[in-house]
Amino acid sequence: MYKEICAKYAPNKDNLIYILHEIQDTHPQHYISTEAVNEISKYLKLPENHIYGVLTFYSMYSTTPRGKHIIRLCESPPCYIKGSINILRKLKTILGVSVGETTKDGKFTLELCACLGVCGNAPVMMINDDVYGDLSEEKVEDIIDKIRGRN
Amino acid sequence: MAKNVNVWIDGQHLEVPDTMTIIEVADQHGIYIPRLCYHPDLPPTANCGVCVVELSGVPVPKRACCTPVAEGMKITSNSKKLRSYRKTLVEMILSNHEVVCPTCAANNNCELQTLANNLGVDPYALPTILEMKEVDYSSPSIIRDPNKCISCGRCITVCNEVQTVYALTNSDRGIESEITTAFGLGMNNSPCVACGQCTVYCPTGALRERSELDDVWDAILDPDKHVIVQEAPSIRVSLGEEFGMPFGSVTPKKMYAALRKIGFDSVMDTNFTADLTIMEEGTECVNNLKSGSKRPLITSCSPGWIKFMETYYPDLADCVSTAKSPMSMFGVLSKTYYAQEHGIDPAKIVSVAIMPCTAKKFEARRPELSDSGYQDTDYVLTTREFLRMIKEAGIDFVNIPEEEPDEGMSFYSGAGTIFGATGGVMEAAIRSAYTLVTGEELENVEILAVRGLEGVKEATVNIPGFGDLRVAVAHGLGNARKVMDQVREGLKTKGESPWHFIEIMACPGGCVGGGGQPYGNDIASRARRGLALYEEDRSLPVRKSHHNPEVTKVYERFLGAPNSKLAQKLLHTYYFKRSISTGQVVEEVTHKHH
Amino acid sequence: MKYYRSHVLIGINETSLAAGVQSFIKALRAQLSKTGLSDEINLLETGPLGFFGKGICLTVYPDNVNYENLKEADIPLLVEEHFLKGRPVTSLMLESAGKFSPKFNYASRIVLRNSGIIDPESIDDYIGTGGYEAWEKALTKMQPKDIIEEVKESGLRGRGGAGFPAGIKWGFTAPLEAEQKYVVVNADEGEPGTFKDRLIMEGDPHQLLEGLMICARAVGATKTYIYIRGEYKLCIMRLQKAIDDCRNYGIIGKNIFESGFDLDIEIKIGAGAYVCGEETAMIESLEGNRGHPRWKPPFPGVKGLWQAPTVVNNVETLANVPFIIKQGAQEYKKYGTPQCTGTKVYTILGDVAYPGLCEVDMGTTLRTIINDYAGGMQKGFKFKAALVGGAAGVFLPEKLLDVKMDLASLDQYSAVLGSGAILVMNEHQSIVDMLWSILRFFRHESCGQCAPCKTGTQQLYRLITKIKKGEGTMEDVELMQLIAETMLKTSFCALGQSPIMAIRSAIENFRDEFIAITKK
Repeated sequence: MYKEICAKYAPNKDNLIYILHEIQDTHPQHYISTEAVNEISKYLKLPENHIYGVLTFYSMYSTTPRGKHIIRLCESPPCYIKGSINILRKLKTILGVSVGETTKDGKFTLELCACLGVCGNAPVMMINDDVYGDLSEEKVEDIIDKIRGRN
Repeated sequence: MAKNVNVWIDGQHLEVPDTMTIIEVADQHGIYIPRLCYHPDLPPTANCGVCVVELSGVPVPKRACCTPVAEGMKITSNSKKLRSYRKTLVEMILSNHEVVCPTCAANNNCELQTLANNLGVDPYALPTILEMKEVDYSSPSIIRDPNKCISCGRCITVCNEVQTVYALTNSDRGIESEITTAFGLGMNNSPCVACGQCTVYCPTGALRERSELDDVWDAILDPDKHVIVQEAPSIRVSLGEEFGMPFGSVTPKKMYAALRKIGFDSVMDTNFTADLTIMEEGTECVNNLKSGSKRPLITSCSPGWIKFMETYYPDLADCVSTAKSPMSMFGVLSKTYYAQEHGIDPAKIVSVAIMPCTAKKFEARRPELSDSGYQDTDYVLTTREFLRMIKEAGIDFVNIPEEEPDEGMSFYSGAGTIFGATGGVMEAAIRSAYTLVTGEELENVEILAVRGLEGVKEATVNIPGFGDLRVAVAHGLGNARKVMDQVREGLKTKGESPWHFIEIMACPGGCVGGGGQPYGNDIASRARRGLALYEEDRSLPVRKSHHNPEVTKVYERFLGAPNSKLAQKLLHTYYFKRSISTGQVVEEVTHKHH
Repeated sequence: MKYYRSHVLIGINETSLAAGVQSFIKALRAQLSKTGLSDEINLLETGPLGFFGKGICLTVYPDNVNYENLKEADIPLLVEEHFLKGRPVTSLMLESAGKFSPKFNYASRIVLRNSGIIDPESIDDYIGTGGYEAWEKALTKMQPKDIIEEVKESGLRGRGGAGFPAGIKWGFTAPLEAEQKYVVVNADEGEPGTFKDRLIMEGDPHQLLEGLMICARAVGATKTYIYIRGEYKLCIMRLQKAIDDCRNYGIIGKNIFESGFDLDIEIKIGAGAYVCGEETAMIESLEGNRGHPRWKPPFPGVKGLWQAPTVVNNVETLANVPFIIKQGAQEYKKYGTPQCTGTKVYTILGDVAYPGLCEVDMGTTLRTIINDYAGGMQKGFKFKAALVGGAAGVFLPEKLLDVKMDLASLDQYSAVLGSGAILVMNEHQSIVDMLWSILRFFRHESCGQCAPCKTGTQQLYRLITKIKKGEGTMEDVELMQLIAETMLKTSFCALGQSPIMAIRSAIENFRDEFIAITKK
């Protein structure tokens, strides 16, 4: 699987970020494994230590397996002032996990992140690629239920 | 095109080329700017911020290490404000540092400690923010302690840009960032070749060698054990200055005296086996040339280079000399030849080597280096460890009366001693290979073309009866890579290597620049030490390996002849292919000749 | 030509998408069809509508009525009452929330002139409003040096936060001889409270592209990149479509308009690092490395991407350029102040009635922005402070409400405009709390390369946490200032140089709060 993804891009060093994004997005557990790094290293002819350095630098990448739905709640000042702490508390309660943890059924991983650029609708969170704004504790419960119901 | 510009530092007018940075100009003119991460050998990382200076007309101070001078620049190197910034900055650095100076290996040799002392900084001025991380003890040669790291970035530059080993990297971000290996699996599970250049440049105790001093002391103080010691060529020119002697003083006889006083039972010399290596490898080289092989012969005494070859160039492992390194030849002979000659039970022999090298600790532990029936070399001490030993024993090195080594495995020629400098092995080999091919003696033994600090040196030596011998010498693994790439290319496209014989040393400058050498081993020091070895060579009565009487004796009494069956068994080895990810052995690629 | 009785604009953006705008549109179209109004009511999907309501929002022309927070259940009522009978449904209107009518100053909109009016995914719409005329003029009727002169004359200053004059920046790179030169658009937009670039890219991507093209022509760059943060999925999609459409129309490519000039535009994405908004860190990221800033000099304009001359400009900066070239520098100078010409897109958030954005003359006062464009404070609350410039910004107290918001005037108060993010706080908000959130942000985003910022951001965070918990002393408060001051003087890049601004302005203007929360 990793070989096919790599092959979509020209073997240049500056394609590293895209390859990492695609590998992570297509993996059901949204992370980049050692095997993936091995493959990328061979394809881009880049040493593994460089790839590891890049991968751990950026917030969006993970080196450990995560859940199916990655919840990223913004904790930057504009969302903080609108009560992101309460939303966090609610999420921790309904999911039963702490920040950085994945639910036992492997469905959700709870993470905090920096400003998502949707501050007009604070507090905001992203779940995978979807943005949810104007959050309230009820709305958050609603959103999680809907996703749970889906699969 | 560099042009001269007028600058003023603290009111002093200077005219300097505009390609220089402020700190280079200051250093050249004896003006001191405090610094921490800057090192003249390496491109500046500009991470620490200590070297900030004030430029008139500029609101924020600028780093002297990476700001180039410009016309009309007016620089203030010290002021009340600058001093206060530097002090607070060092306090901040110390608040993220494990301050355990008395027990730290870098004590008294730590650039952070020196700077903090000089500035009068209280290490506990700020609340600590250090969150202890796990120390990496995985490697037999190097210990990586992230709690002492100040993120200066020198090791990253050295490992990736100079040595091109690609073991160390920055990981994560901000306060959580750590200099580590890929996936944090430890240096022993990475491409690290243990060359130790990172330990040479590390300003604190974050990267240091794994010490075997306690084990060696235990052996010496055990009446049951017979401890024999060998010392690499580089050692004898790297001790004096620690005790105030002129830099590069040649002090082999003080070295032997100190070793005896410390309590070693038998004091010998690696230079003996350096000469022996030339006999074995020189014969191998001549056989290679006579066979008309298009593949080169590459030296094999640098263990950092060997591990590098096994990781990155295993396809060319058959080109590497099967001869063991002088250290390992000594080790195996100490438990066979020496044991036999002196009637000592080899099980009681503890073979210690003093090396300028951290990778030798890895070499000693290679499982296949046990042809004596035991681990051939038991312990390896770096020059730094040896210096600590001398101090612990309270030896007055400067005034200790000189002594001779024990006989049997200590006589050496000038060829043996120059092994420590880059190009030395090549020169030594040519001095003897010439005779092996032509039957005549080489008149002009000094082959200047292979001397010096240029990264890759090439030379052509005409050998009557053979023709032009094309040789190359590379030091520093970045240069090794260049040479090996050319060999690979040459074999692939033309079916022949550009050179017949290649010397490769892992460390810039050769072994005098080794990872185990005393702190502050910058390029200029390495050059000086190399010159000291060439001076010693000139002073010696015997300058060719094949004229070494103890070498002649070991063949007569024990080995037979170079490359004999016994020599093959004891003095030659084989190599492996290693994983680029983990540095671990994958499979054998060359085999022992039986 | 078809004549519609009414144009209904529906905003498609990150939040309305999440609120289900796609299925809402389907349902609305179905309802219009059912009631036979499809030929009379033109439903247009567009970018941001110019105001910032919650969820799904609509603007109806020519009535100039704005709806917010619409649900699918509202559709029958809306269609029946407003579209069929012409009676706007007051209960669903934006204005009903506070009987407030936001003042949209259309006359002053340069950068957002098309947002909310055209379909951002239609290049024809853009061309229809006069788009790409400036590009054609720049490419075929002007010389590169003329373009630079015009931009210099206009006084356009960078809108990303540094405020460096764009024309002068281009002037450094244009004369350099090089095999390849680049222009990189900084669309990383990580400053908390800032989302103006997102709205420009979502609402009118072609305007950005046109500005980019003109810049590339002026400096001689044939390859350009737009570095967008990885989280802006909709922007990436819209921009890619816009670029593809431009290529198809021959607006970019080889020998454009027979001028002999080649140009290509490529989108590059980030992966979550605020520090990559710094131009040299961005360049490192583009090269496939960790986003560690580089030392300047050399400046990117001389040695940037792959050591080639590179101009890096913010989205908003470039979005101003087509106007300058088409209408001329003198016209542009009519907006703003003499030192800071043109307009600025401000994002106003926090405890105001209508959080959102507005594009107004540079130099408009904070009071005007809050009252006239954001509906004032929420009902019953008073103004306490505004955090201006995002996390790398300052707290402006009540006494500075009448300061002109431009790059020059704020300087005298040791304040900076930064990106133009304004976070308004009412009297119940805690400055200490806010500062805690800011310092936590910096600690997370420091790249860790230089010692002052790596250790300093952690020191600051630990200290403010201690103070916030009530366990700190005034010495701790002074220590925070000392550390932040040291970081200002010794940090490698602007990130480390920023915390001092928030800390100093918080302590200077709200010292009482610190005294109250610390131990004696």
